[in-house]
This record gives sequence, structure tokens and C-alpha cells, in this order.
Amino acid sequence: MAITVKTVRRPEGEVSYLRATLKGMVVTLSHVFRPKVTMEYPEQKSTDDWTLSPRWRGTHRMLTDEQGRAKCVACGLCPQICPANCIKLVPGEDEEGHRYPLIYEIDEFRCIFCGYCQEVCPEEAIHVGVHYENAEYERSRFVYDLERLCAQTHPVSTLWDPSDPQGE
Amino acid sequence: MTPDIKGFLLAATVKIVVVFSVWMIAIMLATWLERRGSAFMQDRLGPNRVGPAGLLQPVADGLKNFLKEETWPKWVDQPLFLLAPLMSFIPSLITFAVIPFAAPLPGFDFTLPLLGRFTYQGPIPMVVADLPIGLLFILAISSLAVYGIVLAGWSSASKYSMLGGIRSSAQMISYEIALGLSVITVFILSGNVTLSEVVAAQQRTVWFVLALTVAFVLFLVSAFAETNRLPFDLPEAEAELVTGYHTEYSAMKFSMFYVAEYAAILTMSALIATLFFGGWDIPFTRWDEGPPSVARCAATLLAFGTKTGFFLLFYIWVRWTLPRFRFDQLMELGWKVMLPVALGYITVIGLVVWGAERVGVALAPVLIGLNLVATAGLLWGLDRGRLLAGARARRAA
Repeated sequence: MAITVKTVRRPEGEVSYLRATLKGMVVTLSHVFRPKVTMEYPEQKSTDDWTLSPRWRGTHRMLTDEQGRAKCVACGLCPQICPANCIKLVPGEDEEGHRYPLIYEIDEFRCIFCGYCQEVCPEEAIHVGVHYENAEYERSRFVYDLERLCAQTHPVSTLWDPSDPQGE
Repeated sequence: MTPDIKGFLLAATVKIVVVFSVWMIAIMLATWLERRGSAFMQDRLGPNRVGPAGLLQPVADGLKNFLKEETWPKWVDQPLFLLAPLMSFIPSLITFAVIPFAAPLPGFDFTLPLLGRFTYQGPIPMVVADLPIGLLFILAISSLAVYGIVLAGWSSASKYSMLGGIRSSAQMISYEIALGLSVITVFILSGNVTLSEVVAAQQRTVWFVLALTVAFVLFLVSAFAETNRLPFDLPEAEAELVTGYHTEYSAMKFSMFYVAEYAAILTMSALIATLFFGGWDIPFTRWDEGPPSVARCAATLLAFGTKTGFFLLFYIWVRWTLPRFRFDQLMELGWKVMLPVALGYITVIGLVVWGAERVGVALAPVLIGLNLVATAGLLWGLDRGRLLAGARARRAA
């Protein structure tokens, strides 16, 4: 026995072919005159309804103290916690016994931008930044050395605070 | 050479060069219009970087396509693979040659140093070639374009291209019949296939869209199918055939298919304007039928451009509104609806014209009355899904 299909008889206003087509045409035409949602990026970097989150984790920035030296004390926590193993740190010590980084390099290609380095840093020295325009002409330029990290000026990420999950 | 021949050659050369250049620019603008139009319908902006409002975007695209690599897939049939884009490109450009685009210009008579005297007696028709076979030429040449698509599908040695080519041949052959039959009623009224005579007939009476709305609807739908545009773009069908017949093409060869598509759309828009909307006729005035002058030529050219542009926009508008037909629906619409309706309509119009001449009543009121009835019938049939519906709906009815 063949499967039977129950067909529903709908009112003609609903199944009308021409009216449905015309309705569609009106919809597309009305959209021509609506405001456009495109953000014209290089000129326009944020709009009323879209802006970069302060929790955005972009390329790094090293904060400096009043003398312009990196705040880093070469404790070695950030290379220890880094899951991508992208931080190269060689510690040094001056005659007064202050530790400082001899070499501090971050390979931004290996970095997964988890922000653990910022969270773990006891001196609030290394930060992930609210920044995304990173284009370079050479691969080697993506290994940021200490000088370059200190020279960055973009805002730093606020990260996610578990006690304030909504960011209020 | 006599001054007459020299004048004729000069006029013909200038017309060819100007029309070809303007036509190519119009095609470029059409691609721009399509992209901007689609963007605006989707609340986007579209290409707006190159030149004012992105108007130079097609130039950039063309340059890019010249510089890109010409790929030759390993198994393609090389001569046919090269021939196919040309086969679709050339017919779509040639067809415009017979469409009159403005009121005639006055003749000229002047003498140049070295070159001698040039004369052109009588008005210069503003059409590249005012062929006496007019529309038959367009039907013949535009049906050549199907070879381009079929050859592209065949020579690509790719199953998707092949399917696209087969679909397109079936589709274009089916709809060419409806297209050809729907214009027969136009010829019954104009009494001539020359397009300039069709325009003149509409100037004498009314625009044929008022007298032959059913033929206009049939022609419009068939024109969409002939140019492979949505809702009938089954040969391309990005989703299922990976753009069909031009999947394997790259660079300038691909670009040619693209240009051919827009050239065909523009020709069809111009043809719809010419056959049903009076061509270069300016409505509500008889001024444009006066003796030839430059002002009349310019004004009628503007009128023709406006009508053609409207249908171009209509093409774009429909494309970004309607979904694609299924192949069996397409064939059903072509053979079971368009063809019988077109044949029946020819019979009705033929009988009415014959009868009106016999009885001696004025043709126009009868035709317009008949047209109202026929249009209402067609719209009713379409609206209730009587003419085109799914199998299930028909079983229920």
C-alpha cells in the first residue's frame, strides 16, 4: 500500500504565487534604501554597535618603570606557564643584585594569545594588548624583542575577571 | 571612390567604433551595477574603493584578469577549450548591431583637405546595421551562444562543467522556442521584422506592451532563461555545479564568459525596450518623430538608455530576490506552459487582427480590451498555481 500524504488546503492569500513573488521583490527593494551595516575598516575602526572589547588579547606589550626600564624582573614565570612555549627569557643580574632580562623575546607566531603570561606576571610587566594590526613584510619581524615590546603604546587587555564575569 | 561611398564608409566606421566602445563601457557598468545593487539589497555597500563610488572597479577587475595565470587543465580539449569563450563572447556582442538606439541624425556633406568630399544623403539611421531581417538575426546569433556554453562544458573534461553544459543546452533550446513565438505577435502588429520598423509601428500606434502584455510576460521570462540568469541560472548553479560550465576557466577566458553574460543581459534589455516599450520613442510627444536633428538624436538616445537601464536593473533586482528553479520545474514551465500559451496567443491575436480587418472595426480598442482579458487570465492562472505547481499541489487540486 502506497504511503498517502495529507495535503493541506490553505487559503489562497497564503499560497498565491504572484503575491509571494511581489512581496519578495518589495522586500529586496526596500533594503536598497535602508542604512548600510558595512563598517569601512581602514577609515572606520569602530561603530556605534561594534567596538573592540577591552578584554581583547592581542600582541604583547611590556610596561616600563619611571626610568623607562622594563618592569620585568626575569622571574621566569611567564616562559614557565606559556602553553605555546613562545617566550624566550635569559635572566641577568646587576651589581646590586637586581634581576633583569638579558634577552626577552616573544614569537608572536607561536603565541596562542591565552593571556596566561599577563595573569601570572608578579610585576604586571608583560601584557597582552588591545591591538590587532600586526602586518609585517618579513616573518622574522614577528619575533618581538624586549625593545620592541617596551615601545608598544596600545592599551593593554583587562583580561577576564572571574569575580566580575560580565565586565561590570 | 565617390563621395557617397566615402560618406557611407565614414558613417559606418564611426558608428561601429562609437557603439562598440559605449557598449563595452555599458557592460563594465553593468557588472558594477550588479555588484553594487546586490550589496545594497543586502544592506552592504559593495565595491566603493576604486574610483568615485567604485566606478572603476570593473577596470581593476579586467586588469587583474589580464595579469592572472591562464590555467590549462591536463585533460581539456585544447582547441575547443579556447574556442568556447569566444563562441559565447562574440554572438552576444554582435546581436546589438541591429538594435536601433536613437532617432536618425541628419546627413552630411563636407570636404576635407587631402581626403576630398564626403556626402551622406538623407538621415543616418542610428543603428549599426539596419538589417531587413532584424530580429531573426538576433534570434539566430544569440542561439549560437549556447554552443559556447556547451563546448565549454564538454571540453573542460569535468563532470560539473559537463552537467552545466547539458543543462544549458536543454534550457536554451526550450526557451528559444517560447522566445521566438512570443515575438511573432509583435510582428503581426508591426507587419515587419526590421527593428526600426517595429519602433516606427509603436510610434504610430501604442507601445506593444499595452497591446500584447501576455507576449511581453512570455518574452521577459524567456529572456531570463536565455541569458541564464536567476531564477533560471541552472547552468551555473554555484551550489550544486560549482558554477557549471566555467569551473575550469581562469583569467581572461573566464572573464570573457562574464562579459558575454552581461552583454547578453544588456542586449536582452535593449530588445525588450525595443519590442515592447517603443525603442527610442519618447512617450506622450510626437516631437521625436520630426525631421532628423542632433537634439532629437540625443533625447531619444537618452530615452532608449533609460528604458534599457530600467530592464537591466530589473534583471539585477529579480536575481537577488527569487530562488533558483528546479530543473524539472524549468522544463515544465518551458514546454507545458510557455509554449502552449505562446501558440494560443498567436492564434488569438492573429484571429483578432484578421477579424477586425474583415469587420472593419478599429483595431486598437479591440486589442486593448482583449489584452485586459488575456492578462487577467494569465495572472490568475499564475497566481493560483494553475500553470506551475508542484506535483503534490496538483494532485490535491
